[in-house]
Amino acid sequence: MRNLNTKLLKEKGITLVVQGKFEKRVLDQLIWDIEIAFGWPVSLVPFTHDILPYFDAARKQYDANRLLDLVYREYSANSVKTIGLFQVDLFIPILTYIFGQAQHNGSTGIASLYRLRNQQYGIKGNERILYDRFRKVVIHELGHAFGLIHCHVPVCVMRPGTYVEDIDQKKSQFCNKCREQLESSLASI
Amino acid sequence: MKTSISILIVDDEESVRDSLYNWFIEDGYEVDSAANAKEALTKIESGNFDIILADIKMPGMDGLEMHRRIKEFNSTAIVIVMTAFASVETAVQALKDGAFDYITKPFDPDDLSHLIRNAARQISLRSENETLKNKIVTLENIEDIVGNSENMIRVLKEVENVAASSSSVIITGESGTGKELIAHAIHSNSPRKFFPMVTVHCGALSEDLLESELFGHEKGAFTGAMFNRKGRFEMADGGTIFLDEIATISMKMQVELLRVLESKTFTRVGGNKEIKSDFRIICATNKDLKKMVADGSFREDLYYRLNVVNIAIPPLRDRKEDIPVLVSYFIKKYCTSMSRDLITIDQAALQRLEEYNYPGNVRELENMIERAIVVGNGKEVRLKDLPLEPDSVIDSNDSLDELEKKYIQKTLEKYDWNISRSAKVLQIDRVTLYNKIRKYQLSSPKN
Repeated sequence: MRNLNTKLLKEKGITLVVQGKFEKRVLDQLIWDIEIAFGWPVSLVPFTHDILPYFDAARKQYDANRLLDLVYREYSANSVKTIGLFQVDLFIPILTYIFGQAQHNGSTGIASLYRLRNQQYGIKGNERILYDRFRKVVIHELGHAFGLIHCHVPVCVMRPGTYVEDIDQKKSQFCNKCREQLESSLASI
Repeated sequence: MKTSISILIVDDEESVRDSLYNWFIEDGYEVDSAANAKEALTKIESGNFDIILADIKMPGMDGLEMHRRIKEFNSTAIVIVMTAFASVETAVQALKDGAFDYITKPFDPDDLSHLIRNAARQISLRSENETLKNKIVTLENIEDIVGNSENMIRVLKEVENVAASSSSVIITGESGTGKELIAHAIHSNSPRKFFPMVTVHCGALSEDLLESELFGHEKGAFTGAMFNRKGRFEMADGGTIFLDEIATISMKMQVELLRVLESKTFTRVGGNKEIKSDFRIICATNKDLKKMVADGSFREDLYYRLNVVNIAIPPLRDRKEDIPVLVSYFIKKYCTSMSRDLITIDQAALQRLEEYNYPGNVRELENMIERAIVVGNGKEVRLKDLPLEPDSVIDSNDSLDELEKKYIQKTLEKYDWNISRSAKVLQIDRVTLYNKIRKYQLSSPKN
């Protein structure tokens, strides 16, 4: 019975909710990277809601807490884990910006490309670096959704990053300790 | 990053409490929250919090008054006050009353992380002082450094000795020996572990780019510099900067680096504001820096400034007893990352790996195992899965007979003891091959 349940859950897999225009090859590569990292099937669904009500005119940014709640309520029912992929600048009330956030040990997370672009920091754009940062943020947030916390290992994807160069320093893989914890979390589903 | 540090958030705004709660939970802290000073004081009386993050403006009792009361019965708690306005008076008053620091809402994520890491480091130093008194030191986060040979135990002992200090370290060793892993181990076991370790691969950057990377730049410093940007020294504040391939930096950069190491201050490219940064420097090189000093290509004063402690990592050929444990480690690592069942290695393959000399060191062994798992049969790593050239196992001290025996054995194993194919590759007839097999008493593992 347990095997059957696991199989059904695995079939539901991880869903990426895509807001805005992402290149197909970026999404294809992201699906591949997430499937490799978590061993679960990944599917895409479009974000069909109007994003404007989530815009805070005073901060000129989008409310990440409310967007996380929206993705959780409207898009997460049929997946084991769901991540909203955004193109807009995200904030939470207490912080000036975030790259992404997730429900710790929950079902949902969100991530944004906005602050990952070199151009935000006066450096020439680089699509390869941008994608590398994005996949790390998405895998990091999924790690939280699977119950992982931040890690001291400098190259582990669960190392916290508050600026983009921080993200560049780590790899897109989990360290041994986080990998073991992730495996045990995956096995318990 | 699981820690035993506990944080209490006190703020009357629910969204602030929730945001901070989630942020700290992801950092591995134990977190609780209170909506006002009264609730906070009740919780503090019954629980023991290490850090209290309190809003300065709350209905009823304000954060400053609450801070004074907390200090009456918990003098060791670190109190950080939050304010929506950068009010110098209230901040000064809070600091005068013994608050650890203050922060203005909304916070820059980097500022918040920095503040909490500072507080965590203070708490950690307190407990480390206790540990030091008892002389108990165990290294953490060294799972990727595999080996129990005498040579590696010596290296780890040196890591343990040097980690707690802020001394500069030069890590030397051939390519692929794991210099960066040793740098990570030093950082992860130092009091600086709560702060970033920033790596710069000096060899990959031109002089101008390296200067901008290390020191940052001001808006307009050069074409395309549209915003101010922090440099790596600034990012490493409180933590460690790791300069890989230090021998490749130009004489001009050597002068700049020496100046920064002496003053711990610098200016961004195109700027004139002096920036201070408290970093520890670790360098790595596969070159002989002493020789470079002698021939004038590396500054002697910089060498002595960097080389306070030297950790030399042995090449893999000098610690061959670590090969079996390294092989098991890499098999487990790659089977897990490729979501495959754990496989084993056959005796002949392991023996060949133990005979090989590894010019590319541990990295070469790792690549071989990864490749063997990819191309292998999914059950075990076999000799034929290893990308070893026949002459790569030849020892220059072997006699001609020994060379011939090894070469024939390797060829036979490569072709699964298919005599016809092996004879064809060796360019001898089958009868001669049988004679050689008898002469050298070779036997197939299947027999």
